[in-house]
Amino acid sequence: MKHEKFERNSILLLVGILIVVAIGGAVEIAPLFWVNGTIEKISGMRPYTPLELEGQKIYVSEGCNVCHSQMIRSLRDEVERYGHYSLAAESMYDHPFLWGSERTGPDLARVGGKYSDEWHRAHLADPRSVVPESIMPPYVHLEKTPLDYRDIRQMLEASRDVGVPYTDDQIANAQADLEAQVAPDTDGADALKKRYGAKVQVRDFDGDPSQITKADALIAYLQMLGTLVDFKTYQADAPGNRR
Amino acid sequence: MSKKEIDEVSGTETTGHEWDGIKELNTPLPRWWLYLFIACIVWAVGYWFVMPSWPMLHGYTHGMLDHSQRDEVMANVRALQAARAGKEQALNQATLKQIQDNPDLLQFAMAEGKTVFGDNCAPCHGSGGQGAHGYPNLNDDVWLWGGKLDEIQHTITVGVRSSAQDTRESQMPAFGRDGILKPAEVADLTQYVVHLSGRPADPAAVRRAGKLFADNCAACHGAQGKGDRSVGAPNLTDNEWLYGPTPADIRDQIWNGHGGVMPTWGGRLSPATIKALAVYVHSLGGGE
Repeated sequence: MKHEKFERNSILLLVGILIVVAIGGAVEIAPLFWVNGTIEKISGMRPYTPLELEGQKIYVSEGCNVCHSQMIRSLRDEVERYGHYSLAAESMYDHPFLWGSERTGPDLARVGGKYSDEWHRAHLADPRSVVPESIMPPYVHLEKTPLDYRDIRQMLEASRDVGVPYTDDQIANAQADLEAQVAPDTDGADALKKRYGAKVQVRDFDGDPSQITKADALIAYLQMLGTLVDFKTYQADAPGNRR
Repeated sequence: MSKKEIDEVSGTETTGHEWDGIKELNTPLPRWWLYLFIACIVWAVGYWFVMPSWPMLHGYTHGMLDHSQRDEVMANVRALQAARAGKEQALNQATLKQIQDNPDLLQFAMAEGKTVFGDNCAPCHGSGGQGAHGYPNLNDDVWLWGGKLDEIQHTITVGVRSSAQDTRESQMPAFGRDGILKPAEVADLTQYVVHLSGRPADPAAVRRAGKLFADNCAACHGAQGKGDRSVGAPNLTDNEWLYGPTPADIRDQIWNGHGGVMPTWGGRLSPATIKALAVYVHSLGGGE
């Protein structure tokens, strides 16, 4: 068909535009209605605790995701180095997603439990004190800055608005749960574990029990990364988990 | 447009549009470009039938090949495991000593150990195992929990003060911070420990601290301060210091009782890999 026909007939052009935009819209928008079908059925995933959620916000605001990915790709050498490839389900409570594409530093999708809290403290304050060849900038202000968590309840509510299944109980106790995660062997810590599961790590992450700092939140978040899913029960070959 | 108008200069047909005497040429797309474009569209349609492509109400179209990246990576990993299986099995069956004595197996274990060390151990212990403040040097013959092959293997497997059930566990009290000893007593003990390491110290303080050391420190570090590997208590007489050699460093350690955490690797690394790592660490210089 000669394009002159479209150029010289505005109604025809309008109809043509409508058809093209409709196809583009259908292809891009329609799959969103079935996006849950891409999330694997796994056990262990839970919404982040209030302290971990604060840690994730610091992770974003300090730009960690600019140099570190959280996405172990389904390639042999990645699986050999970092562990099981990342699943969609593992980031279903991330807002925003922190998959990243730049790897100036190593992937952090399964960094939880790999190093001690003390290592993280030393490494965040002065990366070259523990890894001489590192080019990461120092983040010493994190352990010196008290965490401002006055809006933690609203943060959980906002997360729920975009689909994270926080319960009313979790939202009502957001501030108490945040404070309890750095206070082991208290009633609050028991309540936190009741709300978020027994595997929640409760301890003073930054080595300074006198206050809750940004380092507490970030290290709590880092130590949780990749530890939630129980891969012993994950069936990689199941038809529903093939991609 | 009733009649075609040909541009005199280029010999190309015009569209008939004219602006200030400039006429628009109606230049068609080059044929090769157009055919390539059409070929791409045909290729895409073919791709729909061969490869997984369209989302459906339930699942997606699998295509004739039913290709899956996840199947592919699992197949690749299995192929790698199969290629390594012989050596891995040999590692599993051999004792650590046998690995060391078998040149072929040793070469494999050292190569695997070096790679795994670089990825998992080097961040704390240094890329050459040289250690750092608070992280033990693995090149020297000073060991907190033992430097024999099986002791190294056990430490790697369970970690130190880690989340593992059977972790190596001990905790030096924070004598000053928790108010167990008075500041003056901590100062005296500091002099005593300096004296133990064979350096000049205040004789009066050393005399005063003798009983303090026997009451508070000797249970773990031994009456002579030679340490006790069963509880990871360092030898205080060898002049090797995890938290620094100066009297201020020693005072800080007595005051705060630092105790580093080594994660458990039993869940992250396979038993054969841990064996290879143990042999590698043993070879770094101080293995017993």
